[in-house]
Amino acid sequence: MNKQGNLYTIIYTAVIVCVVGAALAWVSLTLKPKQNDNIRIDKMQQMLSSLHVVSDKTNAIELYDKYIVDEYIIDSSAKKVDGNAFDVNVANEVKKDASERLLPVFVCNIDNSTKYILPVYGTGLWGPIWGYVSVNDDGCTVYGAYFSHQGETPGLGAEIATENFARQFDGKQLFKDGSFKSVAVLKKGQKPVGGEDYVDAISGGTITSKGVQSMLFSCLSCYSAFLSDLQNNKK
Amino acid sequence: MLNKKNRAVLFNPLSKDNPVLVQILGICSSLAVTAKLEPAIVMGISVTAVTAFSNVIISFMRNTIPNSIRIIVQLVVVAALVIIVDQVLKAYNYEVSKQLSVFVGLIITNCILMGRLEAFALANKPWPSFLDGIGNGLGYGIILVIVATIRELLGSGTLLGYHVVPQWLYELGYENNGLMILPPMALITVACIIWAHRSKNKDLQETN
Repeated sequence: MNKQGNLYTIIYTAVIVCVVGAALAWVSLTLKPKQNDNIRIDKMQQMLSSLHVVSDKTNAIELYDKYIVDEYIIDSSAKKVDGNAFDVNVANEVKKDASERLLPVFVCNIDNSTKYILPVYGTGLWGPIWGYVSVNDDGCTVYGAYFSHQGETPGLGAEIATENFARQFDGKQLFKDGSFKSVAVLKKGQKPVGGEDYVDAISGGTITSKGVQSMLFSCLSCYSAFLSDLQNNKK
Repeated sequence: MLNKKNRAVLFNPLSKDNPVLVQILGICSSLAVTAKLEPAIVMGISVTAVTAFSNVIISFMRNTIPNSIRIIVQLVVVAALVIIVDQVLKAYNYEVSKQLSVFVGLIITNCILMGRLEAFALANKPWPSFLDGIGNGLGYGIILVIVATIRELLGSGTLLGYHVVPQWLYELGYENNGLMILPPMALITVACIIWAHRSKNKDLQETN
């Protein structure tokens, strides 16, 4: 058969595509369960970090089961919705209107006090940023925070993923005089206009820092009804 | 198996015919993944695996490939191997695969691969092609490791995540150079290595 002819070329391409396609499908199917486990474990580690619990991939599941006692989904008016909170894709939810979002809440028990972990998701300079904020049972004080990013500038915007940055959020108040204010991320020396609590931004990472600020405000404001309920229960 | 010709094929790319230093290929990824040593090592191993096996596969197929779709066939083989590497990393080394993120996928566009397939695998038997792939992958990997060592040491004071710059040096006022973490310093580091390499190998110097 003429190896440079059209028929040979077409048959050759078809065979290659089938063989490669089958090989890739097989690899993907075989490795999928292991990959999903890794993604779940990674998510658990991120949540545990927001509780200041240090975990590695070997003990993440154990620690997660120990500290996270309940998880559920609420809507923006704090009514419970059916579903599995762990599997909610926050990245998809933030695209919806605030009233239609599914809002996962993870209830944790650490040192005999109850904390609530709330996921947040937003945009930095180069791509998505996300994190978990844990709130005390007074519905107002931040217990801890964890942030991560896909591709912020190393050494600048990427510093939001460091413990030093996240630690600044400990003890900040999300509400001032009964109204939701979130936490601002400001350059050193600046003061917030609305009187809300604030932390220092990353120098050289201004756009990423602003991204964190707007991510916290837009995501946590959806939880404000839930957080207000917590405050009223406490009183 | 390892006669003189094959040894040259394997070892030349490590220095005299280094893909990064002499052929100036694969610069993009050597800037991107060298801020830390561990991803650089994993990237070096991944590229070595992909070049070696794509060279072998293309070499086996070299007499059957229709000339008009030669590049497409090469791309399909490389892309398939890269996806397999990416999937394996996601399953067995999730941390590193998060750090390498898009750069594993971008191995496909690494000029070293297509360059070796076109220049070597299409004209040689599988075994020399395999050695050529290993040699070029390692030649690339070595430069990555050297650059990453310099950048991580000076930029973060660590190697493979362990602190190596002693605390008393910090107390004397030493500071990590944050600039080393940024991509421009990778370019400058690579340039310095090329400078040192060419001043040792006079025959590589261009005269004009």
